[in-house]
Formats: sequence, structure tokens, C-alpha cells
Amino acid sequence: MGELPEPRPQFLHQKPTVSLVSPLSLFLQVMVNGDSERLSLLVNRGNADAVSQQMASHPKYLESFLRTQHYILHMDGPLPLPYRHYIAIMAAARYHCDYLVYLHSAQFLRVGGEPQWLQGLEAAPPRLRLLDHINKVLAHQPWLTGCSHIQTLLKTGEQCWSLAELVQAVVILAHCHSLCSFVFGCNTDADFVPLSSKSPNGTPPTFCPFDAANGNSLDSTCDMMCLKERIQKSQEERETQTLQQTGNTEKEMICFADASRFITDPDFCYQEFARKEEDHFQVFRVQDYSWEDHGFSLVNRLYSDIGHLLDDRFRSVARLPPLHSTDMKRAIWNYIHCVLGIRYDDYDYGEVNQLLERDLKLYIKAVACFPDSTKTPVCPLRWTPLKTSERIHINLLIMEARLQAELLYALRAITQYMIA
Amino acid sequence: MEKMSRVTTALGSNTISGQTMFCHLDAPANAISVCRDATQVVVAGRNIFKIYTLEEEQFAEKLNLRVGRKPSLNFSCADVMWHQMEENLLATAATNGAVVTWNLGKPSRNKQDQLFTEHKRTVNKVCFHPTEVYMLLSGSQDGFMKCFDLRKKESVSTFSGQSESVRDVQFSMKDYFTFAASFENGNVQLWDIRRPDRYERMFTAHTGPVFCCDWHPDDRGWLATGGRDKMVKVWDMTTNRAKEIYCVQTIASVARVKWRPERKFHLATCSMMVDHNIYVWDIRRPFIPFATFEEHKDVTTGIVWRHQHDPQFLLSGSKDSTLYQHMFRDATRPVDKANPEGLCFGLLGDLAFAAKESLITSDANRKPYPGGDRRYPMFFFKKPDPTEQFAHVSSALSVFETDLDSHRMDWFVKTAQLYLLSGKPFAELCDHNAKVAQELKRPQVSTTWTMLRIMFSDPANLAASGPNHNLSKLGTLPLMNSFSLKDLGSGMGAESRLERSKGESRQDNIHLEPGNSYISNNEENEETEGSEGHPEYMFGDAELDDDDLYSMEHDNQTEEQEYTLPQEAFQLRHEIMDNPSAPEHLQQDKADSPHVSGNEAEVTCLTPIESFSLISISQPLFSPHLPASFFCPIVREMLSYYAEQGDVQMAVSVLIVLGDRIRKEIDDLTQEHWYMSYIDLLQRFELWNVSNEVIKLSTCSAITCLNQTSTTLHINCSNCKRPMSNKGWICDRCHQCASVCAVCHHVVKGLFVWCQGCSHGGHLEHMMNWLKSSAHCPAGCGHLCEYT
Repeated sequence: MGELPEPRPQFLHQKPTVSLVSPLSLFLQVMVNGDSERLSLLVNRGNADAVSQQMASHPKYLESFLRTQHYILHMDGPLPLPYRHYIAIMAAARYHCDYLVYLHSAQFLRVGGEPQWLQGLEAAPPRLRLLDHINKVLAHQPWLTGCSHIQTLLKTGEQCWSLAELVQAVVILAHCHSLCSFVFGCNTDADFVPLSSKSPNGTPPTFCPFDAANGNSLDSTCDMMCLKERIQKSQEERETQTLQQTGNTEKEMICFADASRFITDPDFCYQEFARKEEDHFQVFRVQDYSWEDHGFSLVNRLYSDIGHLLDDRFRSVARLPPLHSTDMKRAIWNYIHCVLGIRYDDYDYGEVNQLLERDLKLYIKAVACFPDSTKTPVCPLRWTPLKTSERIHINLLIMEARLQAELLYALRAITQYMIA
Repeated sequence: MEKMSRVTTALGSNTISGQTMFCHLDAPANAISVCRDATQVVVAGRNIFKIYTLEEEQFAEKLNLRVGRKPSLNFSCADVMWHQMEENLLATAATNGAVVTWNLGKPSRNKQDQLFTEHKRTVNKVCFHPTEVYMLLSGSQDGFMKCFDLRKKESVSTFSGQSESVRDVQFSMKDYFTFAASFENGNVQLWDIRRPDRYERMFTAHTGPVFCCDWHPDDRGWLATGGRDKMVKVWDMTTNRAKEIYCVQTIASVARVKWRPERKFHLATCSMMVDHNIYVWDIRRPFIPFATFEEHKDVTTGIVWRHQHDPQFLLSGSKDSTLYQHMFRDATRPVDKANPEGLCFGLLGDLAFAAKESLITSDANRKPYPGGDRRYPMFFFKKPDPTEQFAHVSSALSVFETDLDSHRMDWFVKTAQLYLLSGKPFAELCDHNAKVAQELKRPQVSTTWTMLRIMFSDPANLAASGPNHNLSKLGTLPLMNSFSLKDLGSGMGAESRLERSKGESRQDNIHLEPGNSYISNNEENEETEGSEGHPEYMFGDAELDDDDLYSMEHDNQTEEQEYTLPQEAFQLRHEIMDNPSAPEHLQQDKADSPHVSGNEAEVTCLTPIESFSLISISQPLFSPHLPASFFCPIVREMLSYYAEQGDVQMAVSVLIVLGDRIRKEIDDLTQEHWYMSYIDLLQRFELWNVSNEVIKLSTCSAITCLNQTSTTLHINCSNCKRPMSNKGWICDRCHQCASVCAVCHHVVKGLFVWCQGCSHGGHLEHMMNWLKSSAHCPAGCGHLCEYT
């Protein structure tokens, strides 16, 4: 952001007129620079939220991210605007992400949402309450998403959803869930300290018990033990920290609502994806249902143009400069998909262990699966000796991989519903 | 299968016969392939790899190639191909990246022959050379294509597409050395099998992945491609640049495309998502499938014509775990169910209607449209093409012109061209636009502009110069005169006049007050127009009964009912009459007020602002410094009203002219919606300049960014003809200055003008000067350049 565009003749800043054509390729350059310029201006002016500020080091990606977000929250679509923000609140609440809950509460009110709804899920219309289940499942154990969930929502009745509405809702849910990972990973949430919501009550963290017996081939058993241990340790650290923090919180920050009001079953959280013979949750094979071949076509059909926008996001994250090596990026991506039960036939998962240090794997898993500051220590980042730029890059990968994973599960369920 | 039919085709020595039939597979299929003599078919998928024989009435499982207790991923097939010359030879593409060949002649249970594990990612496609026995080609997700000689253990050559994943590879049927590859990023490449270093040609065929391609079996130049963008395109590859010659738009992404044997223009397609049917298209009739097979319950993953010279049998495998043989005779023909009728509105309100000729003639006793619309029956006969098997329908096309409305949109075009939206002080813009509207006989709009000027102008300025100046200007307009007809006391007459001038299309109003109407009082008007008193009169009016004025507004809004307006006029007038103390000559202005109130009764009471400083009488009711924001709700309603009436032009123009004065009052979505509608209309009328201006002046980010799309300009170096990737004026490759002025031989860093005939050029000024004195190109190429 700090770089200033190089000085160049003033007239080039003007928009090219149609009738006169300059043969200079500079124009091209200006347009390209112009974009990032505008972006950094936007960011510097402080208009951009904390998330955009973090992403601003990757302007191309930021652009496609913002475009998607703008499209699903503000542009044409089957859902009314307040609904969209409310769904976003529900999604963020799953991870107690105060930052996003606050942000969307404010936007919810701004687009004319009923203030009463913010009192909690019970105050919301039944149609939105119906989404709670799929919200829960997608957030923590997306492989449980089944055709039956879709069927329940679409079952004709007074409160039924249309397919197009449901697809938009699912896209918002997946977008916000994965954004929670990013917010958590970049510690944005910690900078944002709303009043009251984080009360250190001294109770030990309700950390999800891991099924250590079911470790998969990636020696995750050991990982998880380790993770647990560290969580305990830094939990204590954190408590003292929060106590200090509450002293000097800014009083004008008013948190509209405590996140847990928008969810049910708060103990439901990520569990190791088990691959047992008797388990009826089959591994999701990308070769049988992929974003490029299947997901895109379906989502674009039911919610026009979103496919291209999401596609653009996935592509631009793939185009980010390689992280140490291209294999490393692929390893991170596939590892995240793997912990969510998605496997690639053409990938040797031994590579993950070779390329990713255990600390990094822990970090990735924590950000991807437990981006919840009430359950995982606020700052898992010090576990790894990551540079800030690397951290942001990895967080972007995590966010996009999670987004795609959730979308794949949800869209496959919708496909199954449509066939049945 | 209720309608079973039996077909027997003689093909040389072979005889194929059969019927529509199917069998259940144990697992979803990913691909199928048929052996050369059309007697056996292989089905491959993640959990299935079997060979079935095609019998008269059923499929019979012949061989299961998937052996072993826990088959490896090498058995998980993305694609399969049966060799067309060697009947024991099969190749599969495995999802784990392996390319496997199978030899059915092996005595053991496991028929696996060779295993190539050179690809790093899933192999999407394998393809045997049509005539060369040992040559196999593969295309993979890792972006590489590999050519294998089956007598060797390793690939003999690797082709790097450099453009993402390879989705399909196909050897040309006729060119021994050529193959085509399609890519995930929309490109198609042609390669010479002998030259692995570089593709022969590349072009972008689709937006998004190109899932499949297929060479025409007879015509060497034709390549069909299908993509995620739901299109099937046929390319003529014989010309220098691949030329799209046919395009079929389907309803879902195209997963496979296969030319139909013996039918030059037919091809079959199936989809990867949502749509389970198989379509056979006549590419010359791209709007409706020639035939449809609707048997599958899930997406069709593989289609293949059973015999390469028999167009009657199509085999298909599907995710629903069935294998079908479709008889062409049993296909659904969508054309039979189609309704060959069309209806379309023209830009200027014309209506075209095409229907089956028989339908129209039988309807001869139909009454012509009221209003004497003309009807032009036109008949188009197409010479029947014997190769087309489409049912021929002759249709009659009728065009209905609406006389009354035919020039209805003229005002739109004129208004768009003449309005000024920026560049002058606010008051002048309003006046100018009012004038434009007047000239186009749209008094209501005109008055709205005038009122806007009054409402939002700074009172102080107005007092100084505004009103007098404006009024005198307006006085010269013919229509303004009609307002002032109502002068001097006879409020009634004036108003009826007004009604008339306002509602040109609404004739009804006139007869309401025929007696009182004055015809033309131009001279009088001129006298009175300059008088500064009228607004004040208005004020008095409002003072008397402003509640009534406000309430009237509602009637006005429902203007579509012709009679509401006169009513309102009466009411107003009534009050005016009640006020005998008002100076006579001021009443003229009052006549103005109902006119305005046609839209906005409240507006009338706003005039005091202006009048305040002009008139010595101070009014007790209203503070002279009524802030402009006071009017915002009214203006907002007015804009919505115009927009709802379909006059989005007015809404947008006012929005732009008022700018910040009103922008905050209207929510962004609505604004954007108006802008979009107006820009759309402007572009339909090809008013590009106006639409551009509107885009430029709009304050919505979503609109202004319209002007910032596709502004990229790609430039080639004028010396080496390669793209200039770097900024600056020196080409990276040939290290020459690009774009040198032909006159002064310096680099042109500003505007470059060039001759489209010889493409030499230079500084605009230099070229102008040169061509004044000489007709030839300054570069000395001998071209006779022309500068206009």
C-alpha cells in the first residue's frame, strides 16, 4: 500500500477518449495501476473495513473478493436485503465472531431490518430460523449436509424456501463462515473489542473433545493432542490479557447483540472427519463432484452470475505468487479439504507431511476448523514463525479452500435433491 | 419401452440390428467406448469397468475388468477408449493420473497391460490414433499432453499447453499428424504430433472451460467444441484464423459432443449438470434440438455412436448407473411440439407477429385493429434443403404499426439530445431544460424544471438577477404564452387553457371550460411576464388555504385518470376567486400554479421564496429563508412519480442537475435502477454520447464504473508486430522505438493519428500539416493518405 505510483505525465491520468487512440501501452499500465491505486486510496482513507485492509496487500484478490461480497449482499438476488445480513449474522455467530456480527448488525439496521430480530434467533421469522440447522452443519461438519436438509427447507408450506433463495442463503453462509476463518486468522477480531461480549468468567474453555482414536493417516492424532495442550496454556495467558483489555475499551463501541443469541446448540463443533469402514459418511471425491465441472454450473444457474464471481475468487487466490513453492500452496489447499473430508484422487497426501511443518499444520487446522476466539486462544499465530505477509497469504488460502469445500457439500446436496 | 422398433442396417458385410434397450450397471459410469465392429461396449467409472456385448434385445455382461479384492485407484477411470483397429486393445485415463492400457487377449484375469504414471494430476482424456496402432495420446489436469508409443515404457513426447488443465484431446480424422486439445481456460490448440515444442495455432473458443471437442468425420476442417458456457461451436479450421461457422446454444454446460455418422450437419451433445437429456442438433437449426433422448434419470456422462457409419444407434452411459442403446426412431422430436409463432415489439412501438400461415388465413374474419393499423403480410419461403429433415412450416409475418404512437418517442430522443445536464449554473440549466421541454410541447415537464429552479436557487441570487432574466427569456417561448393566457383576472379561463396546453393527448379537458378560454394574448403576456408580482400572489393563495393545496396533490398524482386534473383545477381556481383582494394582474401567475400542481401541488406554495425579496409585501406565514432541503421530500416524490410514469429520463435528468441537493434523499438502489433504465433506453436509441455523459455525471459508483470497463488497449510493436507487454515506448523484443512519427521521426507520446490504409502515422499536428501540402504518405510508402 505504501508504494506510490510512479510519477508520469499528467495527461495520462485522464480517461482515454474514444476517438483518439494513443498507441502507447502506457494506457494499459495506467488502467492496471489505476485500479490498485484506487484500491489503496480506498484503504488508506479508512473507508475499508479491517478485513479489506488486511487483504490490501493482494489488490487483485481484494478486488474480486469485494466484488463478490458486494454482489451477494447488495446486488440483485432473490433474498431481501435485511435477510441477507441476518443470515450473515447467523453465520458469523456460529464462531462468535463479534466483528462480523457487529458489522452485519449495523448493516442490517441500515437496510431497514426489523431491530427486534437482533434480540435473537427466536425473534426472527421462522423462515430464517429454519436455516439454523444447515448453518450449524455447514459451519462445523459440512460433510453431514445431505439432501434431506435441502428437502426440509424446500418442503412446500408457508415458510418454505425457493431453490434460488436457498442457494443465495447458502452462498452467504459459506462466504461468512470462511470469512470468520480469515478474521480469526488475521486477528482482526481481537482489534475489535466490543463492550461486554467477551466476559472472562474464568471457566475452562469448552473446547471440543477430539476423537483421538480416529486419527487419520496424517498423524493428526498427535497434532490434536498438541493443539489441546497449547490451547490450555495460552488460555490462561489470554484470560489475564482480556482482563487488562476490558479496562480501556472504547466506550462508544456498542455491541448490538451477543453472538450466541443467533445460534442453537453452541456445543456443536468440528470433529475429526472419521474414515471408518462402517461410517456412512463417504469421502467426498473431487473427481466426482468438482467446482469447475459441477458446482459452478449449478450455482450459476440458480443464482445468476455468482458462479463467475466465485470462480474469479478461486482463480485469483490460485494466482497469488507462490508461497515458497507451488506445491506448498497445493499442499495447504488439499490439507484443508482433507480435514473437511474432501479428497483428491491424484494427490499423494504424504506430501502434506513433507511440506508443512507441524506447527503450520496446527495453525491451519485451528484457523480452518476452530476460528472461534471463545474456544481457541485468541492468537494462535505465535505458534508459528510466520511473516505477516505469509500469514495473510495462508489465511486467504484457508478462507477460499473452506469456502469451496462448504459450497461443494451444499451444492452436491442440492444436486442430489434435484435428481431425487 | 412401449414403442419398440427394430432396425436392421446393412453396412457392407456387417449387419447391425437392435432396439432401444438398457441395462443396469452396478455403479455410475464416467465414460463408454465401443469396439470397431460395434458388437461390444466398454463402460468405465470410478467403481466400474466392464465390457458388455450388444445383443438383439439386451446387453450381456461379457467381462469385468475390475479385479482384485481392493482395486487400486488405477481402476478408477475418468475416460476409456477402445482401439479402433486393434480389437483387444483398450486404454483408460485414471483419476489418480495414471494412463493404463488393457489387453483383452491376455490369458490372466487381470488384463492390465501397460501403466504410465507420468502425469501428476488426473488424466481427463485418452485417445488412440485412428490409423497408427501404437500411438496413444493423453491429456491431463496438470496441463500436459503426452504421446505414448505402446511399444515403449515411457512417453515419447510431452506437449505443454501452457494454459491450465487439458480437458479433451482428439486426433484429427484426416490429418495424420494433427490433434486438437481443449483447455479449462477456454482455449483450443492445434498441435503437430511431430513438434512438441510449440502449438501450431491457438484460439479462444469459449468463456470458461472447453469440456470437449470432436473432429468432423468427413469434413477435415470442421471441429466442434462444447463448453461450460452452454455453447456448442463449430469451427472451420481450414482458413488462416479459426472461424466460427455454427453455434448452438444449449441449456446447460456441454460435457460431450459427437458428430453423427453419415449426417453432415448433425451432432449429439449431453450435459454435465442439471440436464439429463441427450440432444441431437442440426447445427443449421440451432434453436431447437433435432431429436432428444430423455431416458436417463441423472446426467449422461458418455455418448457414442454405435457404428461409425450408422446414424441410427446411439449408446449412452450415465451417473444413474444405466447403459442405454437409443434408437433414433424412438427419439423425441421437439420440433413437432413447437409452436412456430413469434411476437416482438419494435423500438418505436411496432409489433411484429409471425404465425403459421394456415393459422392466419383461417383467421381471416378477424377484425382489423381499431385505429386503422396497417398490416403488412409478408411471406418468406425458404428453399427446402433435401438434407434437412426438419418439418417445413411456412409462416406469415404481420407487422402492426401504431400510427398514433409511432412518433411517440421522438420527444425522448430530442429531449435527450437537447437537455443540458452540467456545465452551467444550476438556474440556467433548469431554464434551458424548461425551454427544451416547452419546445417539445411538454409543459408539465417544463414547469417542473422552472419550479425546481425556483425552489433550489439561492434566494439572494435570484433577487439580484435570476428571475427577471429568466422570465424575459421564457417570454419569448410560444408555449409560455399559453400560460399567460389566463391573465388579468379571469382565473377560470386561464386555467382551462392551461389544461389544454398541458394535456395534448388529453383532449377531454378542453371542453370543460370552452367558454372562458382566451385564445392568444401575446401582447398582454409580454407586459405581465416581467412583472414581479405573481409569485407573491401565489403566496397569498397558499396562505389562504394551504391545507387544501397539499391535499390536492394526491389527486394530481393519479394523473392517468383524465378527469382528476380538471377537478383539481376547479378547486384551485375556486380559492383564487375567494381572494378578491389579490391584485388583478398578479392572478396571471396563479394560473401558473395549478399548472405546476399538475404534478406537485405543494410546489406552488414554494414560490414565495423567490418572490420574497422581489416583493415588498412580507408574508407572515413563511419564513423567507425556507431552506432548499425543505423541498426535498416533495422533489423526491416527484421524481418517483416521473419514474413510475415511465419518464425515467426526467427523473435522471433532474437527479443529475440537482446533484447533491437531492442525491442524499433517494436511496442508492433506486438511483442506480433509474440510471440503468435510462442508460439502457439511450443506448437502444443509439444515443451513445448522451448515455456516456449520463454515465459520467452519475454519482452512483455502480454506474460510473460502467465507463471503466474494457478500457484496456493492447498494442503491438510497429516493428516486430509482437505485443508490447512493457510500458514505455521501446519494444522489449526488438529494442526499437515503437510508434514513431513519420514526419519528425520522434516517438509520439500523446495523440497518434494514423492512416487506416497504410497504417503510417504520427503526431496529429504534423500529419495535418503534411497532408495539407502532400497527398502521399509521409513515410514514403506511396500510399495516398486521406485526412478528413
